[in-house]
Amino acid sequence: MMKPHRRKRLGIILFIAAGLSVAIGLTLFALSQNINMFYSPTAVANGEVEAGTMFRIGGMVKDGSVDQRQDSLAVRFVTTDYVHDVPIEYEGILPDLFREGQGIVAEGRLDSAGVFQASRVLAKHDENYMSPEVRAAMEQAGASPENHPFRESPED
Amino acid sequence: MIPEFGQFSLILAFCLSVLLGTLPLAGAATGNGLWMGLGRPLSAGLFVFLGICLFILGHAFVTDDFSVRVVAAQSNSLLPMQYKMTALWGGHEGSFLLWTFMLSGWIFAVSVFSGSMPREFVARVLGVLGLLCASYILFMLATSNPFDRMAPVPPADGADLNTALQDIGFILHPPTLYMGYVGYSVVFAFAIAALLSGRLDAAWARWSRPWANVSWAILTIGIALGSWWAYYELGWGGWWAWDPVENPPLITWLFGAALIHSLAVTEKRRVFKSWTVLLAILAFAGSLLGTFITRSGLLTSVHAFASDPSRGVFILGILGISVGGALLLYAIRAPLIKSEFGFGSLSREVFLLANNIILVVAAASVFLGTLFPMFYQALTGDLISIGPPYFNLIFVPLMIVLVMLLGIGPISRWKKTSGGYLRRQLGKLALASLALGVALPLIVLLEISLPATIAVALALWIVLTISRDLLVKTANKPGRWQGLRSLTYGYYGMQGAHFGVAIMLVGVALTSWFSTETSVLLRPGETVALGSYEFRFDGSERIAGPNYQADRATVLVTRDGAPVADLYPELRVYLASGTPSTEMAIDAGLMRDLFVTPGEIRDNGAWTMTVYVKPFVRWIWLGAIIMSLGATLAATDRRYRKLAGRRRESVVADITGGQGSLQPAPGVSP
Repeated sequence: MMKPHRRKRLGIILFIAAGLSVAIGLTLFALSQNINMFYSPTAVANGEVEAGTMFRIGGMVKDGSVDQRQDSLAVRFVTTDYVHDVPIEYEGILPDLFREGQGIVAEGRLDSAGVFQASRVLAKHDENYMSPEVRAAMEQAGASPENHPFRESPED
Repeated sequence: MIPEFGQFSLILAFCLSVLLGTLPLAGAATGNGLWMGLGRPLSAGLFVFLGICLFILGHAFVTDDFSVRVVAAQSNSLLPMQYKMTALWGGHEGSFLLWTFMLSGWIFAVSVFSGSMPREFVARVLGVLGLLCASYILFMLATSNPFDRMAPVPPADGADLNTALQDIGFILHPPTLYMGYVGYSVVFAFAIAALLSGRLDAAWARWSRPWANVSWAILTIGIALGSWWAYYELGWGGWWAWDPVENPPLITWLFGAALIHSLAVTEKRRVFKSWTVLLAILAFAGSLLGTFITRSGLLTSVHAFASDPSRGVFILGILGISVGGALLLYAIRAPLIKSEFGFGSLSREVFLLANNIILVVAAASVFLGTLFPMFYQALTGDLISIGPPYFNLIFVPLMIVLVMLLGIGPISRWKKTSGGYLRRQLGKLALASLALGVALPLIVLLEISLPATIAVALALWIVLTISRDLLVKTANKPGRWQGLRSLTYGYYGMQGAHFGVAIMLVGVALTSWFSTETSVLLRPGETVALGSYEFRFDGSERIAGPNYQADRATVLVTRDGAPVADLYPELRVYLASGTPSTEMAIDAGLMRDLFVTPGEIRDNGAWTMTVYVKPFVRWIWLGAIIMSLGATLAATDRRYRKLAGRRRESVVADITGGQGSLQPAPGVSP
């Protein structure tokens, strides 16, 4: 027979262990449901992403590619890692510092036509800082990156 | 020449901090009273010389001394004076100097307000803090000297302060956050001093409590200021983004909240001792983690400074040595710590234990979500990000359970509470808050809304249980007023902070659920409707600011035809850097905010803009202010001053209202 205080201690330990395992299980489940992968335009062009999967894409806004409709908020542009291009469509207000020739990260899905439908566009925020994501995308593609950090655009 | 004096006094401060980190500790170990006594003068000296450093760097900013590298990088002759002064913490070097100065301020405060503690204890606390301060100053001297000059020729003008930082939020948020953050170094030092001496007793917990409370109170305000600033400056209507740099303060804050509760148990009941020490170490580790993430540039964030890998490695070294050393010491000492009191399976101790588990699990899941992308990349090479849904999924259920327990904890008794007593006290309150939670949203919204019901019911649960507890606590007194006066500041502080939780909960839930927004393209004279409000764009004009030019739009908001507010969002271009910047316009109210973010101007004079209606958003920060006031009030409780005079005596009297056990402690703590 266990002494009462031992039993109490065991009870507390079991209580904590049960709580923790529920919490860990819940956390891992939540984590697995909410991972957004990041892909470079080259990876997307190579067909590494299935249509309909939520992910992030990062690269430079191709010069001369921004097509802003004058009568609505719809905008279409091309992001590039200077090896491959991916067209992006977005409806909403772009961040202040969205520019041609600068780094952006967009979050969204590929449609069946291979156009990236963005729900969020993040752009450069400060001269001295760059996103590790765009830097990596550029390096993977063999282009030399500039420094570009990010600012969030309005969420849709 | 003046910046060189700054450099010189930084080196002097380093020497003082090394002395502070060695002599008092050696004195405490060998019983050398003279060495222990050096702690206080050294602390004062450290504070003074770091103050001189800060003043000299501030002077360089104010006088536009662009020969100093950080001034050239972060300031500009056109910058308004308040931003010239505060541009000091607009970059890595200056902000780290501010951080270190804050630490010296806390050290000085400890040396002043520790008169009643044993001198060995004070010597150890100051010694640990001195070591920490020495490592920070060494970090500055080695990798991030704020007094570096531009060689060989200084630029004619500075590059300007990042335009997003030119705002009142930037003046207030970093210093407050740093002050709260660094306060946890003090709590950490108290824990280490107690481990070193091997005397983790009720006295140690009582000395730590005011410091833990004040740090938490300041950190609460610091985080709330950051949230408020992001809300109106970043322009997407959010008040919390689960950004990798927002998260470490939250982790620290959650550990800090757990620590406040655990310290209470340790002081009053002498249980959870080793757990409390661990929490103090974890809260401190959270604060260093924040520094590490911000300054190493490892994670993508709006906060990150220019990155330099050597700095990250250095901070990781400080983190590893201080936290690793503390945990090692803990592992050696913890088995010697004995908890003295048993407690029943239904008691205040158990409710506070549950509080601690929930807060620690919440902190751990935020930690996991923040650093998981980094680990994942290291293991697989793939880049990922973890979105807000993860954090919401974890946080919402945890906080609902926490708030339910929050109503029960204060009413339950130490050691043993009968289930019948709790049912008698709380059964009707639970039904009442549930009923009102269903009824109130129904009356206001004319529909059944589960989120509103949960939020209102939980908030009412807190308010009703607080009121009930006040009634119970004053029932035996001759008059209500006398009863209320007999309750301590500690008690009112606790209930005040809990009331703040209720207010914040309402704000968070209702804002998250009922906010509406729409992005539109408006020509002058056009209108957009959002809920019961109409926003009319009345055209724009060109205006000139001190260091920028702007297009300012006029947006008239009406409700049922009656004017509510005029809003003036701006699109600015800063002259020094040529950077564009959007300025939101907000009409703030207790029940709702109206909010316009400008986008861009089209050729025909039309503007793109996003308009928002955000109900109850102010309650979030109001709740934080109330929590912070509660924690501060509790820290001023008379007993921390009165009892501080007596050393090492057993304190068992239950101050929170006299319903606990009043028997003396059997035996003295080891």
